[in-house]
Amino acid sequence: MPERTVVVASSTGLHARPAKIFVQAAGKQGVPVRIRVGEGKPVPANSMLAVLALGATHGTEVTLEAEGAGADEALDSLAELLARDLDAEENSRG
Amino acid sequence: MAETLNGLGVSPGRAAGRVCRMAGPPELPAPSPVTDADAELALALDALRATAAELAARAEKAPDADAKAILEAQSFIADDPGLHESVETSVRSGRNAAHAVDEACAHHRRALLDAGGYFAERAADLDDIRNRAVAAVLGLPVPGVPDPGHPFVLVAGDLSPADTVNLDPGSVLALVTEKGGPTSHTAILARARGLPAVVACRGADDIGEGTWISVDGQLGEVEVGIGEEAATAVQRRAEEDRLRKATSRGPGRTSDGHPVKLLLNVGSAADLTPSGHTPSAEGAGGFDAEGVGLFRTEFLFLDRREEPTYEEQVAAYAAVFRAAPGGGHVVVRTLDAGTDKPLPFLGLAEETNPALGIRGLRVSRVRPEVLDTQLDAIAEAARATGAEAWVMAPMVTTVAEAADFAARARARGIARVGAMIEVPAAALRAGRLLEELDFLSIGTNDLSQYTFASDRQHGELADLLDPWQAALLQLIADCAAAGQAAGKPVGVCGEAAADPLMATVLVGLGVTSLSMSAPGVPAVRESLAAHSLERCRENARLALATDDPGEARKLIASGR
Repeated sequence: MPERTVVVASSTGLHARPAKIFVQAAGKQGVPVRIRVGEGKPVPANSMLAVLALGATHGTEVTLEAEGAGADEALDSLAELLARDLDAEENSRG
Repeated sequence: MAETLNGLGVSPGRAAGRVCRMAGPPELPAPSPVTDADAELALALDALRATAAELAARAEKAPDADAKAILEAQSFIADDPGLHESVETSVRSGRNAAHAVDEACAHHRRALLDAGGYFAERAADLDDIRNRAVAAVLGLPVPGVPDPGHPFVLVAGDLSPADTVNLDPGSVLALVTEKGGPTSHTAILARARGLPAVVACRGADDIGEGTWISVDGQLGEVEVGIGEEAATAVQRRAEEDRLRKATSRGPGRTSDGHPVKLLLNVGSAADLTPSGHTPSAEGAGGFDAEGVGLFRTEFLFLDRREEPTYEEQVAAYAAVFRAAPGGGHVVVRTLDAGTDKPLPFLGLAEETNPALGIRGLRVSRVRPEVLDTQLDAIAEAARATGAEAWVMAPMVTTVAEAADFAARARARGIARVGAMIEVPAAALRAGRLLEELDFLSIGTNDLSQYTFASDRQHGELADLLDPWQAALLQLIADCAAAGQAAGKPVGVCGEAAADPLMATVLVGLGVTSLSMSAPGVPAVRESLAAHSLERCRENARLALATDDPGEARKLIASGR
């Protein structure tokens, strides 16, 4: 199954606004994407509650997985999102 | 036929209007067997979707950005596919809709708590979603503050901080609760917003939805069934009163010119910025004060799992010093962690009786470096802003503690060092404390709790926590006398200072400053301006001599 492993770059981790941006983006992909920490249980990336419960902070390595047509594109775009500091982007905007 | 109910007046002012009742969290009925699982699932999911829509609509109307963000996040969670999946699992295993919602929310709540840190702070969101969605399934009224689309008097059992985050001061005219005491969240919120409020009001639970009532937050009287015409007249008088107070300005003085400093209680710089919440048209009316008499520094760091850094503290304190009225005179209280406001980063152990345990200054017994860093940061912020910063410690109990605190603060160049008087032991030794310190500030809420051995949040004991209790006034009198003998200031920063009648008593007892939430200042200023110092002393003698608090209040209100 296609996977991408990426380090969470947002300074508050996958919490608050960064989590919301990620979860909303995951929900818009054409394929179901799952996310896990290390060898933990993969959870749906489009569920805020599941993503929060990962407890992923700044610097945590997370793995995204998906299967089927468009899986690679979906994984690339979500991995790219996680590799950005979404908090900093919000601050520079505001 | 109007009927009068009596409670404790905790936030002065009069208002009248129709009653809206706040429903409590719905209770689950006994589990029932499920015959049509698809129908139960649809019912449960519809309830969650309706909850999400309702929360999103509330977010749109939220009074400030913080409340809006909280409600948006809650709306998003109510729509969460993971939550919906858990509901389905629960229904398929035989639960009915209400139990499935309850179980799914409990499951995710646990998962967030297990994640720990700031993820765990989101667990409370699920409680609110659970209560709303279960109520929707059961066809019960939506819990939380109602939104009938017209101004109303809010009547409830009691109010929690979560209930009040979205309280719109434009539509809530007054608060009446069956439970609660003078230091309950309801009372503190009401005074902060300038809303008349009566708590511990026996019979409030029986006031019907839509009834016209009037509320006197000074005398603690609620008139039920007054009719629309009478209500309109009360509202008109209240409006005139508000307009008059909005124009009140200047330092605190009795009618014969005796000065009494009028100061503000704040938790952050935001409390010093006029917002749409102030009743006066110009907004600044409540902020004309002579400084900050109580800066509750812990409010900056509630919910924090990591200790705030020195730099962060310097910035936060400097922001308050710059925003403070009165040339930057600010009395900073060092961190006050306790039962009703735990600071997670302190990592204090659970205690069976936290009000009598490691709180306030006592935290420095186990975490001395936290206090030292805070004192360093206060001193630096004062230097950077040129503010006249005084510091005081909460929960000082002995002269030795006061001397140790004073030495640590003065070593950092802080010129004026004082103590909160909250523990009777400290009040009884006020004269000795003032040999070590420059000032005292009496926290009447905790001083009541410890003098009367009554939990401040205990609704059944509200009468014991009444600030008009003569024993409390006696302790205040002793502290004020010690201050006069030493020629040092003794202020009151408990919420009792915001009661315009009580203010005359406190001044008569010899108190030199009164510190309160900003909306309370104009009424206190006006009350002092209407009384001579001799009259204040007469009121003080009368209050000290009267054992029944209600009787004392009525005697002084009637001017006898």
